[in-house]
Amino acid sequence: MSTLLSVSGLTTRLLTPAGLLAAVEDVDFTLDERDSLGLVGESGSGKSVTMRSLLRLLPQRAEVEGSVRWRGRELVGLPENALRALRGREIAMIFQEPMSALNPVLRIGLQIEESLKVHTDLDRAGRRARAVELLALTGIPTPERRLDDFPHQFSGGMRQRAMIAIALAASPALLLADEPTTALDVTIQDQILHLLARLRREMGMAMILVTHDLAVVAESCERVAVMYAGRIVERGTVRQVFAAPRHPYTLGLLRSVPDGDRPRQKLRSIEGTPPGLGNRTRGCAFQPRCGFATAQCATDRPPLADIAPGHAAACWQAGRLTDLSREAA
Amino acid sequence: MLSIGYVLKRLLQIIPTLVFIVVVTFLIVRLLPGDPASAILGDKATDAEVARLHAEMGLDRPLIVQFGNFALRVVQGDLGTSTAVKLPVGRIVLDRLPATLLLTVMAAFLALLLAVPLAFVAALRQGRLGDTVIQGCFQVGLSMPVFYVGLILLTVFAAGLRWFPVGGYGDTYLLHLYHLFLPALTLALSLAAVLMRNLRTAILDALTADYADFARAKGLPTRVVLFRHVLRNALISTVTLFGLNIGTLLGGAVITETVFAIPGAGRLMIDSIYARDYPTIQGLTLVLAVLVSVAFLLTDLVQASLDPRVAQ
Amino acid sequence: MSAGALPFEPAKATPTRRRKLALPGALIAGLLILAFSLTLAFFPSLFAPFDPLKFDYKAILKPPSLAHPFGTDNFGRDMLSRTIHAYTLDMQIAFFATIVPMLAGTAIGTIVGYYGGLLETLFGRLVDGVITFPFIVLVIAIVAVLGPGLANMYVAIGLVGWVFYARLVAGEMKVQKRLDYADAGRVMGYGDMRIAFRHLLPNAVSPALVYWMTDMALCILLGTSLGYLGLGAQPPAAEWGVLIAGGKNFFTTAWWISIFPGIAIVLTGLGFSLLGNGLAELMKVKR
Repeated sequence: MSTLLSVSGLTTRLLTPAGLLAAVEDVDFTLDERDSLGLVGESGSGKSVTMRSLLRLLPQRAEVEGSVRWRGRELVGLPENALRALRGREIAMIFQEPMSALNPVLRIGLQIEESLKVHTDLDRAGRRARAVELLALTGIPTPERRLDDFPHQFSGGMRQRAMIAIALAASPALLLADEPTTALDVTIQDQILHLLARLRREMGMAMILVTHDLAVVAESCERVAVMYAGRIVERGTVRQVFAAPRHPYTLGLLRSVPDGDRPRQKLRSIEGTPPGLGNRTRGCAFQPRCGFATAQCATDRPPLADIAPGHAAACWQAGRLTDLSREAA
Repeated sequence: MLSIGYVLKRLLQIIPTLVFIVVVTFLIVRLLPGDPASAILGDKATDAEVARLHAEMGLDRPLIVQFGNFALRVVQGDLGTSTAVKLPVGRIVLDRLPATLLLTVMAAFLALLLAVPLAFVAALRQGRLGDTVIQGCFQVGLSMPVFYVGLILLTVFAAGLRWFPVGGYGDTYLLHLYHLFLPALTLALSLAAVLMRNLRTAILDALTADYADFARAKGLPTRVVLFRHVLRNALISTVTLFGLNIGTLLGGAVITETVFAIPGAGRLMIDSIYARDYPTIQGLTLVLAVLVSVAFLLTDLVQASLDPRVAQ
Repeated sequence: MSAGALPFEPAKATPTRRRKLALPGALIAGLLILAFSLTLAFFPSLFAPFDPLKFDYKAILKPPSLAHPFGTDNFGRDMLSRTIHAYTLDMQIAFFATIVPMLAGTAIGTIVGYYGGLLETLFGRLVDGVITFPFIVLVIAIVAVLGPGLANMYVAIGLVGWVFYARLVAGEMKVQKRLDYADAGRVMGYGDMRIAFRHLLPNAVSPALVYWMTDMALCILLGTSLGYLGLGAQPPAAEWGVLIAGGKNFFTTAWWISIFPGIAIVLTGLGFSLLGNGLAELMKVKR
């Protein structure tokens, strides 16, 4: 499989009242065609900013450094016009809150058709037909009658389906999904995840899914990257990372998820809070909350290093973590 | 998007407002200290004259009967007879109203023409020099009385540069527009300031809204994002504010017409005060208030057609 | 985060920097302008070089000079002195025209907001009706009936102006009465009036106070407009609107008569607006 997206050294600084601060630092990952990557982390860990940096959908005063290569073409520093041609057509994005991401004053049909108008040669009738097709594809009943509805006339799950239909209008090769199920009821969440999986299969699309829910990653992704305080601290296949986490933060996350397959055990939460943008330290950012920290962790930042083929972690203790955690438990 | 049901509902809502307007305009003249008849006729009137007007106005009957008669006449379009020119008030007001309406419509148009682009510039350059300058100018504009702005514009552009006439209304439609340009600009400046400030905030909100990001993520050109997605949403609250300010605009017209000597309803108001022509004052107040309530109705309908969530 | 809490709660904003104690710039600028205006209003004679009413036929329509920095009018009166003395009257207008509506509107709004129900519905209808009258037209109509002059202008503004305060306070009271501490007052067995005015009102009054500043600026505009039209303060009194009206016939030849009083209006209005903006900012920070 060929590489679709390759990100290296991605650093994004946002303008805050305290000046330009890095929300994302030195992020590396690659994505193949039809691949799926789960980007996991707490609020403020930089996962959404990472995704927005790819398409440069950031607040006006933000700086992006590093390299984002799309099919070999560098996107960082690409003029706005060239980037715009890519948005929606090759890389599409969906958001957490369909109610606020859909424009409340425009009909659903128009919101699909305007995307088709930019990215395809279809005429008016053709765009309308394609819009009906897209709504049907995303499982909206009687689509031809819903085209002229406004977003507030849709239910929560329907809105998310409509947003997916809009995003997929131009058949993109990569879908960036920013917490697409967080705002939904559990049953609807599952429907939407299945819908995304089916659409991905049918359209041969790659996906980056941002979430804070490990269960969602386990269900929908092949690979996972865990972010903490703006950096990737561990990445690998879902199987590798879930079976043998090599970063204490990942370990903490996994222990705080209830697992029906395992014998009943106490759920643990991670003590403390992640550092704010302004006060990130020289050493490992997770060190203050880490149960395995050594003196070295406070002064030197561990690099993201390979542990096994395709599995990397940024922890000085990565090699010994499995043993250490057994001792502790 | 505008359902007939909503339009009907909104039309019904205007009825209590109209009743209120009639009550208030009736009561205003009853505020006159002492006997309205002697107040109208002034100090030089004889007792007999006062008594005759007293009976003519129906002041010897109970207040509720007086109100009933007043309301009945108003419904039939009879606003009484001017004591100054002995003509039906309705006719005088109708004669003068077109100038005032044209003036306010021009002013509203100019205000939007100023406010929308400047709000965009200020919002897109938020916190930078352009924004600060625009906001500062409008803050000063808000503190300027209408008559003062009018005098300055009159002196500079009419008396000084002679680009515009010093006053009056002209004879043809085109001349009306030419004569009313400076007065309309005078009125527009303060309204533009109010609208600009509101629209700037609304645009800033809309620019950072998820739907704006989603629109950008779809690869839409900036022009489409700004006008179709951002401006349409931002205009909703501004339309409401615009409607609420129509009364202020009409009130400002009273002063502007005086400054620029325009024979409109506002000028008639001031002339009637000097002439102690109470029926005309009463009729004018009523007509202006009815105009405002109709304007409120129209803004609500415009807002409902901009915002599908309203017209449910 | 305490043990036992889920780890994925949104991180609370950590107070990384101490909150700024500095007052908003707008507030300071507003206070300075207002202090300046009040000083001139209370002690005009200390600053005015001439008697504002004294005619001087040897110095008619003189342009600004060292002796008369703002020039003189058609009676030879010193415009600087007249503009300064007008502060007394115009600051009075700002205060007297707004104080009664502010107090009455706040009291009525407190009661309307606290009891709600039918009272609130009726009040809503009243507001709907009142706002259909262009404020200045209604005030002019009332002044026309009562007769020109400042006292009647206060009455006219008072009859209408309270509605806006009442609406603001009623809206805020509705929010406050749903909060827990209102119930706490009821549990303690306090009377309605005590809960409404002593407990809820102090928390509901800030929008009305901010509006008071805006209203004073608006009333200066209204008062000077009526003065200009001859319906407010009466000549020869020194009032900015009256002064500008006095110069309107000489505007092309003796612009200084009208220009300087206008600058005083703008400056004072700006002072009140800045103060209002500053207060609003301050209260937003406090919340």
